[in-house]
Amino acid sequence: MATTTTTVPSAGPVAGSRSFLSRLREGDEIARLITFLFAASVVLVTLLLVFELWQGSVLPRHKFGFNFFRTSVWDPIFEQFGALPFIYGTLVTAAVSLLIAVPLGIGAAIFLAELAPAKLSDTLEFFIDLLAAVPSVIYGLLGVFIVVPLMREYIQPGLKHSLGFLPLFQGPAYGVGFLTAGIVLAIMVIPYIISVSREVLLSVPRDQREAALSLGATRWESTWKVVVPFARTGIFGSIFLALARALGETMAVTMVIGNTPAISASLFSPGYSIAAVIANEFTEATGDLYLQSLIELGLVLFLLTFILNGLARLLILATSQRGSEMSNV
Amino acid sequence: MKRITGMLLVVLALAGVMWADNALSINGAGATFPYPIYSKWFDEYHKKNANLQINYQSIGSGGGIKQLTEGTVDFGASDAIMNEDQLKAFQDKHGFGILHFPTVLGAVVPTYNIPDVSAELNFTQDALAGIFLGKITKWNDPAIADANKGVNLPANDIVVVHRAEASGTSYIWTDYLSKISEEWKSKVGKGAAVNWPVGLGGKGSEGVAGLIKQTPNSFGYVELIYAIQNKMPYGRVKNSSGAFIKADLASVTAAASGAAKNMPDDFRVSITDAPGTTAYPVSSFTWLLVPAKFSDATKRDAIKGFVKWMLADGQNYTEALSYARLPKEVVAKELTALNKIQ
Repeated sequence: MATTTTTVPSAGPVAGSRSFLSRLREGDEIARLITFLFAASVVLVTLLLVFELWQGSVLPRHKFGFNFFRTSVWDPIFEQFGALPFIYGTLVTAAVSLLIAVPLGIGAAIFLAELAPAKLSDTLEFFIDLLAAVPSVIYGLLGVFIVVPLMREYIQPGLKHSLGFLPLFQGPAYGVGFLTAGIVLAIMVIPYIISVSREVLLSVPRDQREAALSLGATRWESTWKVVVPFARTGIFGSIFLALARALGETMAVTMVIGNTPAISASLFSPGYSIAAVIANEFTEATGDLYLQSLIELGLVLFLLTFILNGLARLLILATSQRGSEMSNV
Repeated sequence: MKRITGMLLVVLALAGVMWADNALSINGAGATFPYPIYSKWFDEYHKKNANLQINYQSIGSGGGIKQLTEGTVDFGASDAIMNEDQLKAFQDKHGFGILHFPTVLGAVVPTYNIPDVSAELNFTQDALAGIFLGKITKWNDPAIADANKGVNLPANDIVVVHRAEASGTSYIWTDYLSKISEEWKSKVGKGAAVNWPVGLGGKGSEGVAGLIKQTPNSFGYVELIYAIQNKMPYGRVKNSSGAFIKADLASVTAAASGAAKNMPDDFRVSITDAPGTTAYPVSSFTWLLVPAKFSDATKRDAIKGFVKWMLADGQNYTEALSYARLPKEVVAKELTALNKIQ
């Protein structure tokens, strides 16, 4: 975990004092080489992926250029391709899912790690891990048969009635749409947030808690003001893992989002996401421009993930510096 | 005793390997719509010809055409005919052409869910095109209501549902709309995936059916087989002779017979909006795509043998699986065309 930054004493200086041959014989050098190759393969695969996506999308990049990101028409017959509605749908559904999943997930993790008896915590953890392992098509079915009718009959009319003055909650209630996709995604990513955050919270040293309690803090104060800030980096890590899953989820999203490439302020409107359109249209994409436009969408999704991950790193960096300043005070 | 059993097993296994080596295997890929009947056919044909194994992957029509052009399969299958570009691509790569062989017929039906309306609705060409273009938005619009006198249609908004993923069903539906509406033809066109002017996208037939069953005042289209198997209500469509026809196996075959008179020699014909007073207008063939030339003579003869059987005995399996059989005229024509395979 990212928080436990205990540095392993480096073997470097000790190893250097022996001859290369003896290190080779004892296996150190071989192990170093092999594990290095394994680590390098990750970078290699990533580079290969970008290269292939870049190579595979020559035609639309030349034909549409930057307009690919700016236009909203997706017409396979007249060969006009614009990615904007898909980018919008991907970002909106991911944002809705995190808005729901983050408070719920972290709250549950705090309860399991800090407040619940160990036995209960372990039992629940078993179920949470089980939830994380459920295939996404099952969540899609759950969405189609339970969430969609619920949304259309109760939640959307209710929201329209109470918060209908906001543009977010206007328009006809189809049941499918951005909000439904966001909710189904939230259900899918909550187990990740709970599971990882719980582990991180549990790994906070006892001393920290005891020190806070001995200074007269209540149990909640020690949890909220000491333990959670200590585990902050790891909790952020769990959120970004959830974000990555929400951005790339295909099957469950396409089953409940309505599959209409449109941009609308209302969360009730049907939309479309990048991963969903690639899965839906790739097998039957005839014509090079059409196929390559779908590949370029893949490249866009990769870039989106890359940018959001980069921003996440920066956020962690910024908050951990502020955090250490705080603890110095 | 144990040793003898063991030896017997080894001999049997060896024999099995050698036998499998002798068997000829032919690979095909393509359309998902006719998959149930194709797998039945390949299975039955294998029972009759134990040394021939036909493998078929239902990866979708476009995928089938792609694999056939790449040369990774021996034959393809498609719900839509190959267009000029695709034919040329194959010709350029291999030096010979592709032959289309119609196998069975299917139909696409309009299905709907209107609370308190249980009558079978009639749909005119203008109503269907208008709804899918987003111009007719209410169920009680005169374009719908005039063809359904006596049915109390509500003043509710129509929720249009179409297939989300590219599919042969959408191809047949948009091909039909392109023929009956100039506006649809110029604005949207025909294809496995198009830029739908209105509506929600359901993933797969089951996705469309699910949305329609759940959503009041919805309207969409599914394959006839799917509607029958899932007991969905579906409407009659006005054909080119002005009669409202309900899709069934007979009216679909009638559409093919109507088109058979003008059947081109390469069978590349769309039979949507076909002539004939009893013809159901949203019908289509589905095709096997066979290369005109084989370098392997045994493979060629095997495929020819199968197509011949499919056109005769094979047709008897169609009705049990809710596919409409080929009209006699088309069968006769295909038997002649079979000689073109070299």
